[in-house]
Amino acid sequence: MRIVKIRTRVNGKDIQSEVEPRELLVHFLRENLGLTGVHIGCDTSNCGACTVLVDGKAVKSCTMLAVQVDGREVTTIEGISKNDELHPLQKAFLEKHGLQCGYCTSGMILTSYWLLKNNKNPTEEEIRKNLSGNLCRCTGYQSIIESVKYGAQLMMKEKEKEEQQIEVR
Amino acid sequence: MHPSSFEYFAPTKMKEALELLSKYGEEAKIMAGGQSLIPLLKLRIAAYSYIIDISRVEGLNKIRETGDFLEIGALTTVNELEENELVKEKYRILHEAAVQIADPLVRNRGTVGGNISHGDPSNDLPAVAIATKAKLEIVGKKGKRLVDADSFITDSFTTSLEEGEILGKILLPIPKVSSGGCYIKQKKSAGDFSVAAVAVNLVLAEDETIKSAGIGLTSVAPKPTRANKAERYIEGKKIYDSVAREAARIIVSEAEPSTDFYGSADYKRKVLGRIAEEAINLAFERGLVR
Repeated sequence: MRIVKIRTRVNGKDIQSEVEPRELLVHFLRENLGLTGVHIGCDTSNCGACTVLVDGKAVKSCTMLAVQVDGREVTTIEGISKNDELHPLQKAFLEKHGLQCGYCTSGMILTSYWLLKNNKNPTEEEIRKNLSGNLCRCTGYQSIIESVKYGAQLMMKEKEKEEQQIEVR
Repeated sequence: MHPSSFEYFAPTKMKEALELLSKYGEEAKIMAGGQSLIPLLKLRIAAYSYIIDISRVEGLNKIRETGDFLEIGALTTVNELEENELVKEKYRILHEAAVQIADPLVRNRGTVGGNISHGDPSNDLPAVAIATKAKLEIVGKKGKRLVDADSFITDSFTTSLEEGEILGKILLPIPKVSSGGCYIKQKKSAGDFSVAAVAVNLVLAEDETIKSAGIGLTSVAPKPTRANKAERYIEGKKIYDSVAREAARIIVSEAEPSTDFYGSADYKRKVLGRIAEEAINLAFERGLVR
């Protein structure tokens, strides 16, 4: 059994580790790094519960090898909040009841986070299409769509506030 | 689920990738985005002793027009393809197919070359390559060779790649002024493979008759298929409802669907007939508008 050394950056922290080439990214994140916000749902690349960001793009970590993030940056749900405060998207999901059992939520949030980085004010259709690889078996999606819309508003407000503060300074 | 053990290589140069491939031969498998291969490895439908991950090979993810062709590097992700301004603006058939492949998360990793060279008769880009009369550039130790999209996939999950060869580029002819194309895909649920899908690309003459037709079919035969007879039938004609209907009937007669999880062979023929008629009309309309 060959072991490979990898260097990666996960949620802003530099990580050096040894992995077997066949180790999946989802297992590496959960078992080696304890990031259990990354969920295993279908394990067959259908449900999106295992979504993480690799170099800023949302991907299914059950369909990627841990060795493939060597030299790349990974963000999980644990990495999007700042200073112990929930990210605006997390606040929005809480307030708009964007979850029931919560199993799909980290994937829903990260996939939407990726969308909102490139498209600050998406249409409902864009939000829906973007989430077509993330399955929820509880909500019927309506409250998730509302959460993403509200999250987009909160993020824009936060950005405005930040810009005003910079001007004041 | 875990794949069985393998040794892993991630070359950054094509030369290195080709050397590894010829060294390990049939025990090695090329991986690009891994979106089809990793699930197969996990389910242990496939197992290889050596995985050669080419996703870090430089210079193979560019999209640009050169000469008479749009050149797409095999490692371009489907997401990069769908976000490309040139593709959005000028290559509607390609863009339409790209945004219907799997889901956005898979498209962030899955590549154009992988979609074609995997040889899955349900993958969408081979039919587009057939309809647009694209050529594929294959790289091997001895150099490069060009093949027609038609002859690349020879059977289910089987290509004409020879030992030690890798698909390098996809070359799509730059569309003529009055031409129109579309890709219509009928699927059971979001992100799924199709029950049937059809790519139609039409070049119109000045009198609005069809100068040249390209029709590629997905999911309705053991391999992506060109509807030869239907192409010959509509060439030289103007598209009226009756012509589109007859062409669709011919397309259905050229398909060889099998009964499976996605439906009975008969159901697939019915679906194909409907979308084929719609696709011919739509491609023609788009050709007129330009």
